[in-house]
Amino acid sequence: MTEAAREGVITGIGIVSCLGEGLDAHWQKLSAGETALDDKNLAPYIVHPMCALDFDKQIPKKGDQRQMEPWQRIGVYAAGLALDQAGLKGNAELLSRTDMIVAAGGGERDVAADSAILSALQGAANPDALLNEKLMSDIRPTLFLAQLSNLLAGNISIVHNVTGSSRTFMGEESSGVDSLRIALARINAGQAEIALVGGSYNAERKDQLLLYAFGDELLTGSYKTVWERAPDGGLIMGSIGAFLVIESREHAEKRGANIIAKLSAVMSERSKRDSDPVAPSLRTMWDKISARVKPGNAAFISAASGAEPATKGERAFLAEHGDIPVRASGSYIGHGMEPIFPMNVALAALTLSRGSLFPPRDASGFEKPMSGPLRQAIVTGVGYWRGEGMALVEAA
Amino acid sequence: MAARDKQGRPVVVVTGIGVVTSLGAGKDENWKKLTAGESGIHTISRFPTMGLKTTIAGTVDFIKADPLCAPVLSQRLAEVAAEEAVSQAGIGKSFPGPLFIAVPPVEMEWEQRIVVAKTSGANGTINYDDLLRASPKHPEYHDRFMFGSVADNLADKFGTRGSPISLSTACASGATAIQLGVEAIRRGEADAALCIGTDGSVNTESLVRFSLLSALSTQNDPPQAAAKPFSKNRDGFVMAEGAGALVLESYESAKARGAKILGVVAGAGEMADSFHRTRSSPDGRPIIGCMHRALDDAGITAAEIDYINPHGTGTPENDKMEALGAQAVFGERAARIPMSSNKSMVGHTLSAAGAVEAAFTLLTMQNGKLPPTINYAVPDPAIPFDVVPNQARDASIRYAISNSFGFGGQNVSLVMAREPA
Repeated sequence: MTEAAREGVITGIGIVSCLGEGLDAHWQKLSAGETALDDKNLAPYIVHPMCALDFDKQIPKKGDQRQMEPWQRIGVYAAGLALDQAGLKGNAELLSRTDMIVAAGGGERDVAADSAILSALQGAANPDALLNEKLMSDIRPTLFLAQLSNLLAGNISIVHNVTGSSRTFMGEESSGVDSLRIALARINAGQAEIALVGGSYNAERKDQLLLYAFGDELLTGSYKTVWERAPDGGLIMGSIGAFLVIESREHAEKRGANIIAKLSAVMSERSKRDSDPVAPSLRTMWDKISARVKPGNAAFISAASGAEPATKGERAFLAEHGDIPVRASGSYIGHGMEPIFPMNVALAALTLSRGSLFPPRDASGFEKPMSGPLRQAIVTGVGYWRGEGMALVEAA
Repeated sequence: MAARDKQGRPVVVVTGIGVVTSLGAGKDENWKKLTAGESGIHTISRFPTMGLKTTIAGTVDFIKADPLCAPVLSQRLAEVAAEEAVSQAGIGKSFPGPLFIAVPPVEMEWEQRIVVAKTSGANGTINYDDLLRASPKHPEYHDRFMFGSVADNLADKFGTRGSPISLSTACASGATAIQLGVEAIRRGEADAALCIGTDGSVNTESLVRFSLLSALSTQNDPPQAAAKPFSKNRDGFVMAEGAGALVLESYESAKARGAKILGVVAGAGEMADSFHRTRSSPDGRPIIGCMHRALDDAGITAAEIDYINPHGTGTPENDKMEALGAQAVFGERAARIPMSSNKSMVGHTLSAAGAVEAAFTLLTMQNGKLPPTINYAVPDPAIPFDVVPNQARDASIRYAISNSFGFGGQNVSLVMAREPA
């Protein structure tokens, strides 16, 4: 088997965010430099809210929708879009051998139930007994299934019939990087032919914001693009669903699939953040692909979160390559945690498929205009807390 | 033994095994009790159980976690198991390969929620706005409740290479961790992998969740008799804690450094089920397909399997479907192949189960002794299998298959082989 036959190509993309649903909507908003924000409902925090989605289009059974919380519905929806574009939907034979790796965090709390329990516990004569009683009576039995990390994958199996395999990776941004890395490695090595990879994140949840608020990681005040949040930094979370269908070139060509872009490399690292800033690990990954990158027709698509000092470290690395323009998608869609890296690989494939880079969205001047044709995109992903990733995506 | 398998891939061997369950810490204690038919299930003392239908579990109370919450205890259990495995492998202080770790979903628990509510100073009605307002006073909860935190700390402790993978395939997670390690070694990415399954998540809410799904045994008295896999009067599984760790290596690398080979992970198979969130497809097709794929991957036939280490939870549904699957895969031999459930003694260690039971399967082959299925007093005529009832017995096993099935249609089977003398 030749190396070219085993190279990974992207044949399906399903993306939903505050910019809209699908590739065209995203391209239109990126080209126009537009975003969408909600600074009211979760104030003092800002989020990039999910666009309006008609879930019936991808999750036809209301019963299935009821079994899911929003993060799962977003993910199942995005996965459906990717399967549609790749021409897999309804193809039982292909779906039965499609491998799946999902990057997922924790499920959603029933915020109302939690609040009611916390309120009732105050001044209770026997709080232990009351907690047990309330948990037994107030929790919906099916909520557990909406909380389990692997039940996004489980719902994709049920709704879209993807059954080749099902694995769920956890661990914030790194889970998204490693989902893609391992799916691609399996395809390159001949351990798999076709895979559905991605994840989803619902930012519009107070229980989720609480986790990052403990670390004082969230931006408050007014919106800023990711490069303009230094020195304090801060996250603006974004609701995101992003799935990709990747397969071996040979497999894609044999079934006549449309190749959107080539996924040439996916790498991950874990620097020790206390002692070792992120730039060295980005350099380590860069060194593995730099010989293949041709400045002039290449751009960085950065998944920078805006958190500090992570973003400063990434910026230091990017500044070493002034001949390659940078775009931070986070200024448009916010930070979507587990699926943020797959989302940025999807946006890289999108912009490559349109042949040119979208305009800068950055008043600091770090993002430079690019006029020439785009042939290569290097995706950088630096976890706000841990983990670094890099991908090379090339024109089909 | 050849360095490559029939498909030309590096053979993956086991050079270190570590295990901790409610029976004790370490292989020796676990093996002694497992083959003596002892149960680790007891009445829960960790939290008040008044008003709960199930009041028993296989919690690990002899290992201290401070503060006691699922990620801290899961990490401690993983450390204990990994230390044993890494030390047996003699592979050095800085582990020369990646970490794959199955962990329970990491989440803030009621203890912390109540602490933050108190900090908020709110009176009367408390909501998440109050918790958010008080959040800056609890920075310690940030690192602890990040999903990647358990893996991150273990990667630091054992010096594993690259980005550590935290994963979940529900109750098949431990087996998936091993499968990922096997695949990485076969790809030539690494000569060794540290694969762990850990679970220290028995707390009030997690127990209530399974209870509300009617998945747990409610036969609380006596606790030791509650887990009754394959019995007609089985009524659910018993939640438990533990960790299993394997050091996997390419045969070539293990030989080159003179490591003792404890067994072979010959194959792994998986197949997702699209039937239902908690139930198996009634025709058993995904379970059957999963076992077939594992056998194919190992390059052996069903006729070569000498022992089945079943998922064997003791829920009415699981055991029925697993028996149906085994009958389809092994045909008329199914009734004769010994199939004993470790869960009858250690309970269901959830995210850890696949790794704990892989460790036990390797010990079973190594020692030539089958641990029993205890509490087997009322045979289920629908499952006419040799479950090694109540008493351990000697057997020579060349190949064994270990099954793990989970909510969300997760099915993983591992085929393991004894290292030939």
